[in-house]
Amino acid sequence: MSFLEVRDLSVRLKGGGPLLRNVSLTVAAGEVRGLVGESGAGKSMIGKAILGILPRSVEISSGAIVLDGTDLLTLPPAMRRQRVGATCALIPQDPLTALNPSRRIGPQITDRLVDILGWKRAEAEARARALLHEVQIADPDRVLRQYPHELSGGMRQRILIASAFAAEPRLIVADEPTTALDVTVQKQILKLIAGLQARHGTALLFVTHDLGVVSKVCQSLSVLYSGKVVEDTDVARFFAGPAHPYSAALLAATPKYTDPTAGLNPVPEAVIAAVRAEVENG
Amino acid sequence: MTLVRTLLLRLMTTAVTLFGVAVIVFFVIRVVPGNPVAMMLPPGATAEDVARLTALYGLDKSIPQQFVIWGAGVLHGDFGTSITLRQPVLALVLGRLPATLELSVLALVMAVLMGGAAALTGTRLRETRVEGGIDVANGMALSVPDFLWGLVLILVFGVLLPVFQISGRVTPSLHLPFVTNFYLVESLVRLRFDLTRDLLAHMFLPAFALAIPLAAIIGQLLKQSLKETMHLDYVTLARTQGYSEARVIWREALPNAILPTLTLVGVQFTFLIGGTVIIERLFSYEGLGNMAIDAVINRDLPLIQGIVILFAVIFTGVNLVVDLTYAALNPRLRHG
Repeated sequence: MSFLEVRDLSVRLKGGGPLLRNVSLTVAAGEVRGLVGESGAGKSMIGKAILGILPRSVEISSGAIVLDGTDLLTLPPAMRRQRVGATCALIPQDPLTALNPSRRIGPQITDRLVDILGWKRAEAEARARALLHEVQIADPDRVLRQYPHELSGGMRQRILIASAFAAEPRLIVADEPTTALDVTVQKQILKLIAGLQARHGTALLFVTHDLGVVSKVCQSLSVLYSGKVVEDTDVARFFAGPAHPYSAALLAATPKYTDPTAGLNPVPEAVIAAVRAEVENG
Repeated sequence: MTLVRTLLLRLMTTAVTLFGVAVIVFFVIRVVPGNPVAMMLPPGATAEDVARLTALYGLDKSIPQQFVIWGAGVLHGDFGTSITLRQPVLALVLGRLPATLELSVLALVMAVLMGGAAALTGTRLRETRVEGGIDVANGMALSVPDFLWGLVLILVFGVLLPVFQISGRVTPSLHLPFVTNFYLVESLVRLRFDLTRDLLAHMFLPAFALAIPLAAIIGQLLKQSLKETMHLDYVTLARTQGYSEARVIWREALPNAILPTLTLVGVQFTFLIGGTVIIERLFSYEGLGNMAIDAVINRDLPLIQGIVILFAVIFTGVNLVVDLTYAALNPRLRHG
């Protein structure tokens, strides 16, 4: 059975149009699923719905989010928060804004282990040190005492990754974790996430618009267009030949750096019109 | 090291500020109409009497000369003698200072508690009717000045619902064992809570009147900053970790959102101290402000100078404290 099962999830603007339309997807224990789509397709929205951090302006209109056998949407808010906090984690998009500027790094990693999960302070600190070591931070003791503004973006993203893995969650939502980083740093961070995922056996929902990233870290993927899943497949099959015309066009639009003379292939207008019609009528 | 440098720099600018204040006050109160000597002598005093008294207080010399004489005294800690009260100005002013300080600090504490509670509640229940209610209450509190709140409070609590005292600092018939003029502090230190009660019953309404507008400002600004902070990524991240909304506001948002409010509180606190002049008069509270009004009515030049200088010292002191607190709370400034 899948650890996470999102079933027919629909999200809409309060008093407005739909943002997600009957989205279904599963993530098995230890699986890495990519969630791809253009900006505005709603891929981050799915992660937010799972973690219970949807903006106040949107609401879930129907569907179920089943985490480890329990539908989160039927739980009272406090219980839902606790369950998500204990089993899931988020690797945010922008490491520059995701750490609290007025607090030292140490407590930002350890506090939730102590407050929410009931660890002893010393255990939590040892854990934080070990994980910082694992994300290849050379001097964990020093970093734990520092403030976010004293660290680079790449360092901060390493810290956030360490923090996400700290409580041994069963599922991590990575919301475009490399988009805000330098290209040179992107690669290292990606490798780091993949390595940690493999060692800890954590299921990963990897939100990205970069098919290159998907081919490197994911086993399965869902392609989203305008709030609807248009293709749900495994990575090998997808790169061999996507079933849906929109996926095919998306794949063709990915720039290939091996051939400098090749131009860009934007998704053709006809494909967009077709997929739009399909999503809006289906 | 940087802290010492900052402090030294601040002390130097403070000295310049105080000198400027002294010059302005000294000249202005001598240029405006009204003569202390004429106020003291009975009608029909001879020109000779007037001249003698004028010479006695040194008022026959030119204004710059008077300033030099007074300034030289000040540098030796001598602020002159009050014309009407015939006592050294410094002792008079320092005797009244504790009353005003206690009132101002009590008002500040009340304002921070009320404004903070309003901001936190409004943030926790944002986009509900409660937030709307808090906004309306803030607007009302802000649109009425402190002395009018004082009058309203006197009417409501002094006349209709007499639970608080509306006049004086302490019930005059009480025997006070105090050695300092910090009555409230000393009553607490001596564990004389009966006296604390009586003092607070007297101080509550004037402090409340002073606190209302400041509480509204704190409530409004802090709520605004909190709501902006609640959208930031680190707050969202804390939510995914299982923290409740209330704890997210308190732990993640508040320490960052409080910084702009803190600066404003510093500025507004000096306005609050300025407000004590009228409020103390209204509640017959024996503080500096009340003394200042008497001094102006009587054209007691040395006393006016002393009080104004002291107020200026307090203002610059408050600003210094705010700056230091700001640095302590904001790690980016501390290391910069």
